[in-house]
Amino acid sequence: MDLSAINPVLLVASLMVAATPLLLAAIGELVVERAGVLNLGVEGMMIVGAISGFAIAVETGSPWLGFIGAAVGGAILSLLFVVLTQVALANQVASGLALTLFGLGLSALMGQSYVGIKPPAMGKLDLPVLSDLPVVGPILFSHDLVLYLGIALTAAVWWMLKHSRAGLILRAVGENHDAAHALGYKVIRIRVMAIMFGGACAGLGGAYISLIRVPQWTEGMTAGVGWIALALVVFASWKPWRALLGAYLFGGVTVVQLNLQAAGVAIPVEYLAMSPYIITILVLVILSADKSSAPASLGRTFHASH
Amino acid sequence: MIVLEKRPQPSRAWSMATPLVAVLATMFFGGLLFAALGKNPVEAIGTIFWEPLFGEYAFYYRPQLLVKGAPLVLIAIGLSLGFRAGIWNIGAEGQYIMGAIVGAGVGLAFYPMEAFYIFPLMVIAGAFGGWAWAMVPAFLKVRFGTNEILVSLMMVYVAEQLLASMSLGLLKNPEGFGFPGSRNLQSYASAHNAELIEGSGMHWGVVAALIAVIFAYVLLNRHMTGFHIRLTGEAPRAARFAGVKPARLILFCLGVSGALAGLAGLFEVSGPSGQISIDFNVGYGFTAIIVAFLGRLHPVGILLAGGLMALTYIGGEIAQGSLGLPAAAIQVFQGMLLFFLLALDLLTNYRIRAARKEVA
Repeated sequence: MDLSAINPVLLVASLMVAATPLLLAAIGELVVERAGVLNLGVEGMMIVGAISGFAIAVETGSPWLGFIGAAVGGAILSLLFVVLTQVALANQVASGLALTLFGLGLSALMGQSYVGIKPPAMGKLDLPVLSDLPVVGPILFSHDLVLYLGIALTAAVWWMLKHSRAGLILRAVGENHDAAHALGYKVIRIRVMAIMFGGACAGLGGAYISLIRVPQWTEGMTAGVGWIALALVVFASWKPWRALLGAYLFGGVTVVQLNLQAAGVAIPVEYLAMSPYIITILVLVILSADKSSAPASLGRTFHASH
Repeated sequence: MIVLEKRPQPSRAWSMATPLVAVLATMFFGGLLFAALGKNPVEAIGTIFWEPLFGEYAFYYRPQLLVKGAPLVLIAIGLSLGFRAGIWNIGAEGQYIMGAIVGAGVGLAFYPMEAFYIFPLMVIAGAFGGWAWAMVPAFLKVRFGTNEILVSLMMVYVAEQLLASMSLGLLKNPEGFGFPGSRNLQSYASAHNAELIEGSGMHWGVVAALIAVIFAYVLLNRHMTGFHIRLTGEAPRAARFAGVKPARLILFCLGVSGALAGLAGLFEVSGPSGQISIDFNVGYGFTAIIVAFLGRLHPVGILLAGGLMALTYIGGEIAQGSLGLPAAAIQVFQGMLLFFLLALDLLTNYRIRAARKEVA
């Protein structure tokens, strides 16, 4: 065992990379849930995003097109959830599960010919002086651009929810859809847009795993990140900045356990690999006492009976 | 303009018809999918649904139907109880793994002793393993109000890691030349869940599945707990006034579904699969969710749905071999089925009417 091999600066830098897929997916789901919809299909949308992004990046040679394709892929898959829950008024829990099961199968089907291929590499930020600074450089100024996009998205969602009229309407729909309907807001239309935004974000998160974090395609490679993202929304009490904090916390756990595996700590690999899931459960337990901040209409089906 | 009008009561006719219509729709769109993959759709659908039952090698595949169907039915019956009451155990895969680990562990502890009581002890241990794993989300839900969906699902990943650890460590076959995996229980007579009738595919797991169907039917139709489950699902407020204790219901539903999933794992590890290995679990716990919904959360329906889903598994394997249909295509096919089922459920609860003009 050699813990001195772990470089704290690199640890923090890789923590941010590990946290980004979680953050992207969680921010998307946060908006969906603030609109009063519980979409448990995050894992399915992520894995479909992971393969559509990977396939497009490989075919076109451009990781950027890959990310756009992933967002589109996630959003298209989320349309299935829209049809089930907003048009056919099906149970949201069951529909979300269906989306995940379907997405896992679909991604495996799409990814058959992409196993073992290396995707085109994504450029990293390289600012003349800043990126070369000793500690601050690797942590703050030399990541890929999607990582910064995730942080920018958090800020944008925070601003949108808190300071814009659109955010106010979205929250109204999530808190009390009957009242929002009575005020003349199109509940279904707003929810559909929120769900598609969530799908696009989950797709981006998935592509971040397959294009940057790993980077490779293997079946079922999201390995529960989508579910952890769902837990993260609860952890964040539906607040964007707390989602960022939570994502970094979980990213930290993942990176530390990977580093401990590499350093050959006396704990067996399998038990280290369990730790992110167990910590998710612990965090859920600690935070589940307070449910007051959950959107009041979360998970309820809206049907205007005129 | 089309409007939806809520039916005063769910339509019984549509409730029965939706699974059939969903299967037909899945066949049609599945056929399109297979055609898109460059396979003859009629041939592919025929292979999946006809070949295992009446094809040339049906004598080999028919027993497989029981082998694959039993764990699906066993798990789905347990899940359906909770789903009816709005208690979502989606971690059956983990409970299935734990049932297998604990059950096989008990059996292997007796090796190489031969005694009649070893297998019954393993069955109890298997049920206990699944039950204990399900008690984690149940207890956390009751005590802290933690979301059981997320906790039960997280426990699947923990169980998978534990499975890997067991097959590489504690339960590894000491005479296995260093290969991962436990001793093969098929060659340990006292622990082997052998076929009851040679070549029929009928093993103790099939018997247990049939008992579970009857048990669930009686529970739901003739027993107070079953009534409470149905009441909680259909009218939560009324259930509260009727004195239903949610905590007891949560512990009961998760406990039963965990124990049944554990049993399914034990019967699988001691029978068809034979040993604890890293890739022991094949997703029965998740497919059982589809089975539960396809069977409309009704015990008899689940029995039929389990058979149908087993058919798609076996037919899918045949199509993989003879037509080169990818394994993932069958997974998509099964996922599609759940989609159509949920979407068509609209017709059970709502009437579709044409309205003259849009109403505000």
